[in-house]
Amino acid sequence: MADPVISVENLTVQYGDHRVLNGVSLNIEAGEVMALLGGSGSGKTTILRHIIGLERPTSGTVRIRGVDINRCSPKELKDIRRTMGVAFQECALFNAMSIEENVALPLHELTNLADPVIEIMTYMKLAAVGLGQAAKQMPQELSGGMKKRAAVARATALDPEILVFDEPSAGLDPIVAAGLDELILLLKRAFHMTILVVTHELASAFRVADRVAMLDRGSLIAVESKDSFQASTQPRIRQFLDRVPDPIAENAAVQNRIRELAGMTGAKG
Amino acid sequence: MNVLEAIGGGAIRGLAYIGGLTIQGWSGLRATPHVLPVVGKRGRWRAALREMAAIGVDALPMVGIMSVCAGFILAMQAGAELRRFGALQYVMDTVAIGFTRELGPLLTAFVVSGRSGSAFSAEIGTMMVTSEIDALRTMAIDPIEFVLAPKYLAAMITIPCLSIMSNAFGILAGAGFMYITTRYTLSMYLRYVADSIELHDVFTGLLKSLVFAIIIVNVGCLEGFRTRGGPDAVGRSATSAVVWSTFFVILADVFFTAIFYLVHKGA
Repeated sequence: MADPVISVENLTVQYGDHRVLNGVSLNIEAGEVMALLGGSGSGKTTILRHIIGLERPTSGTVRIRGVDINRCSPKELKDIRRTMGVAFQECALFNAMSIEENVALPLHELTNLADPVIEIMTYMKLAAVGLGQAAKQMPQELSGGMKKRAAVARATALDPEILVFDEPSAGLDPIVAAGLDELILLLKRAFHMTILVVTHELASAFRVADRVAMLDRGSLIAVESKDSFQASTQPRIRQFLDRVPDPIAENAAVQNRIRELAGMTGAKG
Repeated sequence: MNVLEAIGGGAIRGLAYIGGLTIQGWSGLRATPHVLPVVGKRGRWRAALREMAAIGVDALPMVGIMSVCAGFILAMQAGAELRRFGALQYVMDTVAIGFTRELGPLLTAFVVSGRSGSAFSAEIGTMMVTSEIDALRTMAIDPIEFVLAPKYLAAMITIPCLSIMSNAFGILAGAGFMYITTRYTLSMYLRYVADSIELHDVFTGLLKSLVFAIIIVNVGCLEGFRTRGGPDAVGRSATSAVVWSTFFVILADVFFTAIFYLVHKGA
């Protein structure tokens, strides 16, 4: 079996006394779509930021095609980043540039292509996400779904081998979200990209993913095919799948504090 | 113990800030050639031109008005005292030397710090909170080279130019005062000014304004890059940028003036 494209080993991240990730290990194979699920605060975005090399872990390694991105040279890191595209949750489009300029930016900065070639490539990328007509518009003139698609167009500008999505469906209506899911599948089929989708949207994850991983309170509790994940009997996974809320105050200390506050309120009244 | 901890913590934070300024300043200066036309990265000089318009051209009216006012104030204050000794002509020396060595670069630095230093910080701070800086890094584009270097080049060119304009406006205000009080004509005034200022006065003023430019861009950008959180953090960064850049400009001014004073005295 070939080496995984993305390999996370024993990744631990701690900020002060707060441990965000507890020795997470995860492999993503070439050409697969991996959905990383988890509730709010489970550490999804933290693991994503470490995979794309924006932060350094407390311990553990992140390897992209075998290269440890926290110990490689700046040039190696730059080369790795050129083969990765990232579509951020907030889209992160440059507001001072038109959509066309946003998509053309990596081509201008990182290639020696002639301007007319960049223009053609930019238009092709925008057309592929259905934004051919919106090329001249500014990001603030676009709807949420259009911005997400523009961010995908920019992320794919250099034809990356790895594409990372942070909450692609967040804040979108179901129809636009479904359109984005189809776009992810199209990119996988057409360009054989390795895709990591960080999300908490179950429908979206099960539509696009080959395998599903789930993070819970900083630990990976499942990495399996989407069918076996959906059939899982693990209580925490079932709770997530069946949308069962956590008790509001499950912690004894919190309950005591609530009682204390209620007593104070009663005393005042 | 708490007092010691507070002093120690403050000292460490202060050193970290100075360290951040030094590292960023050096990286920015190294990246500046990439912004130059022909030898730099293609199209990057256009960003520097836009910054030049924002830092220089747009600030000119404010620099002009403030310099005229300051020139007039300086001439009136000096005139009030010098008249008592029958030495009103020394108003011209005071205004000319005062502006070329000191007031021109300083007033320009204050205006640019208030206008552009805060703008740099707000721009980069917003890019931080909207993940645009992260996006640049993941695209293998160096934010220092892409965001900071054009501002560096633009400031290092426009702030000395603005200082020269400030000198001219201030000195012309002095001419207005001399005409009103003694009917000294403009051509006589300018001849006197040309005799009183020396090349090293202009040179020291320009050197100071170059250092002020580096300080303003460096502090504004560092405050932007240190922004964490939401929109309120952007506002705080912009305020800090103005406060700290003004503070460091004054500090640098004292340092350079002391050096020039000692050199002048030695000569």
